[in-house]
Amino acid sequence: MLADPPVVSSAGHTGGKAPAAAAGAAAMAADDEPLYAARPKIYPQKVSGTFRRIKWAVLLVTLGIYYLLPFVRWDRGEGAPSQAVLVDFPGRRFYFFFIEIWPQEVYYLTGLLIIAAMALFLMNAVAGRVWCGYLCPQTVWTDLFFAVERFFEGDRRARMQRDDAPWTTDKLLRKAGKHAVWLLIAWWTGGAWVLYFADAPTLVKDLATFQAPFIAYASIGVLTFTTYTLAGHMREQVCVYMCPWPRIQAALTDEYALNVTYRRDRGEPRASVKKSAVLRDKGLPAGDCVDCNQCVAVCPTGVDIRDGASLGCIQCGLCIDACDTVMAKIGRPERLIAYDTEVNIRRRAEGLAPILQLIRVRTLLYVGIIAIAGGIMLYTLVNRATLGISVLHDRNPIFVQMADGSVRNGYTVRILNKQPQAQEMTLALEGLPGAALEIVGITSAEAQRHVVEVGRDQTRELRVLVTLKDRPPASTNDIAFVVTASGGGETARTADHFRGP
Amino acid sequence: MAHDKPRVDAATGTTTTGHEWDGISELNTPLPRWWLWVFYACIVWAVGYWLVYPSWPLVSSYTKGMFGWQSRDAIVADLAGLKVLRGPMTEKLANASLADISGDPSLLEFARAQGKTAFADNCAPCHGAGGAGAKGYPNLNDDDWLWGGKLTDIATTITHGIRSADPDARTGSMPAFGRDNMLPKADIAAAADYVRSLAGLPADKGAQIDKGKQVFADNCAVCHGEDGKGNRELGAPNLTDRIWLYGSDKAVIVEGLTNGRGAVMPNWGGRLDASTVKALAVYVHTFGGGEKE
Repeated sequence: MLADPPVVSSAGHTGGKAPAAAAGAAAMAADDEPLYAARPKIYPQKVSGTFRRIKWAVLLVTLGIYYLLPFVRWDRGEGAPSQAVLVDFPGRRFYFFFIEIWPQEVYYLTGLLIIAAMALFLMNAVAGRVWCGYLCPQTVWTDLFFAVERFFEGDRRARMQRDDAPWTTDKLLRKAGKHAVWLLIAWWTGGAWVLYFADAPTLVKDLATFQAPFIAYASIGVLTFTTYTLAGHMREQVCVYMCPWPRIQAALTDEYALNVTYRRDRGEPRASVKKSAVLRDKGLPAGDCVDCNQCVAVCPTGVDIRDGASLGCIQCGLCIDACDTVMAKIGRPERLIAYDTEVNIRRRAEGLAPILQLIRVRTLLYVGIIAIAGGIMLYTLVNRATLGISVLHDRNPIFVQMADGSVRNGYTVRILNKQPQAQEMTLALEGLPGAALEIVGITSAEAQRHVVEVGRDQTRELRVLVTLKDRPPASTNDIAFVVTASGGGETARTADHFRGP
Repeated sequence: MAHDKPRVDAATGTTTTGHEWDGISELNTPLPRWWLWVFYACIVWAVGYWLVYPSWPLVSSYTKGMFGWQSRDAIVADLAGLKVLRGPMTEKLANASLADISGDPSLLEFARAQGKTAFADNCAPCHGAGGAGAKGYPNLNDDDWLWGGKLTDIATTITHGIRSADPDARTGSMPAFGRDNMLPKADIAAAADYVRSLAGLPADKGAQIDKGKQVFADNCAVCHGEDGKGNRELGAPNLTDRIWLYGSDKAVIVEGLTNGRGAVMPNWGGRLDASTVKALAVYVHTFGGGEKE
């Protein structure tokens, strides 16, 4: 590469010591070097083996869930949506099988995010970038798009040759077929996404008959575009240049973590099969790596694993499969590239037995945090109240002096019924003897028994007036509103104040 | 100009850009070229914005954009959508009688919500955000009403106003007994003493309650009644309760007797439509002081 170097002015060499007048020349020198690089096109080769099979299995399961989950039904009774997983924005509810979340319970999402983050950290501490290599949507969809590309255009060598060759009808048809299927998958990806936000069978029918809302078509359009672009065209560029995770995950792994590793202690010095055989015969050191470059050829991001861990390596393990195939052919032991740790490479060099230390401070910490967050979520979910009451004291006026000298306070009371059926609830006041409770617009048959019906899965706002005949004992008196479901059901209470002069 | 070989950073094997500061040189790690194209595409996109949307200020106007889009049109469309959304309930409210509204929980809730907004827009400047009033501006939360506290009474007051320009306005005012030389000062002071005693307020030293009682019977009872309980036909307040529009100090009562009282409430019938007036009446009624029909 240095044989025919681009030229730079001498001012570039003097650097910081250059007089100000030379600065312009230095800038020119910089312009001679390209600041933007053309993207080298990557043609990953087909590979088979353990990790490829794992990746196919993960792909089938994750995409299967993604595309089909909206069609899973879950009976919630009359009037309630029967979709197992549904984000109902107009109704402001989130349904997940037997769980139903109201907007104010969005803290469950916080818990989920904590668990997700810790699970990612744990993955890194145990086995590196498992997320990047197997689970990330970018990886899964790119894998699928690679398979489509291979179906239409053949394997690595055929694709490279065809790209270099002039355009023919065959090339055109193959390319067109590939892009058509890509667009179809991308469109289906967007289509599946919107099904999570409305009743899936109804929406499918509406989409097909052009009756669906504009936002549904717009979402599908945007996701079709992003899927087609990111999985079809951007591929490894997303991982290397767009995604923040590689940077974060690089900081989360350590020397005890299993990572896709080239066992340089076993592989070096590399040489061709014949040369290695000669070296071994002479009793000279010869590594197992035969420099066949298969690990690079199969890599979906185009890195050379033998250079060590890098930003571009998503640790999908395909180079392990590729290398194992080669090792089997040349009769050397498998797993020259393997899930291994830095500690073990050092230990083997020292002649020690490899160790696998999964229980470490950081893994225990991550598991502990996951257990605590999961435990709290489970506890609150199991003990989730289906009845609730919120009270807002009137701010202006704080109290009202009545003509006969009695004192009245006004409250806005909201009763929540999270049950799947309408309920009659009794509202009562505690802590202020002699006070009369009145609900505006509701006349109760019995004195001082205030029954309100609240619809299924709804709230009801009430204006409540509390009047005390005499002057209240203090300017601020602690009271409580208690709501009880009829038939001796659940009870909810909330503390408030009764104010007076 | 003399040319030379590019510098290569020893540690990484990467060429440098030729920029060096205190021995630290900048490595040339090229960005992907598509990144540059995305940047150019963003610039083109921005130019597109200029063409499509209102953007550049001119001397007395601005470039209107290709489709004449305006944020005002967007809000007008939103408000129209809201009107359609509220349509059925608004119609129901417009056709319902006041009694119907108080008997229908959903209509009551709708009317209260509408009334709350209308109250904040129109009534709150004088009566306060929560209707608590101020000196001379009645508290609408309590159960003391100058002109009646039933839903229909409140609706009438809102529609026609009090001492307003409306021919059907509620009228009747407190005469200026002092200023117009109808009563001597001593009589006014005595009447004030008596009025305070009517409400059970403690008598001042030297209060002339008996004299005041006579003055009251001769001059005040016509409107306020023999017992001082007022007359809603004339807007004459009940003087026996605990609620005082201007205050219960003797000086304040003397001032009222001397100069008279006659606060004005505008007639809203011409400014607000009938359903808004209904909603306001329901909202004010449900502050808590409203009287049953």
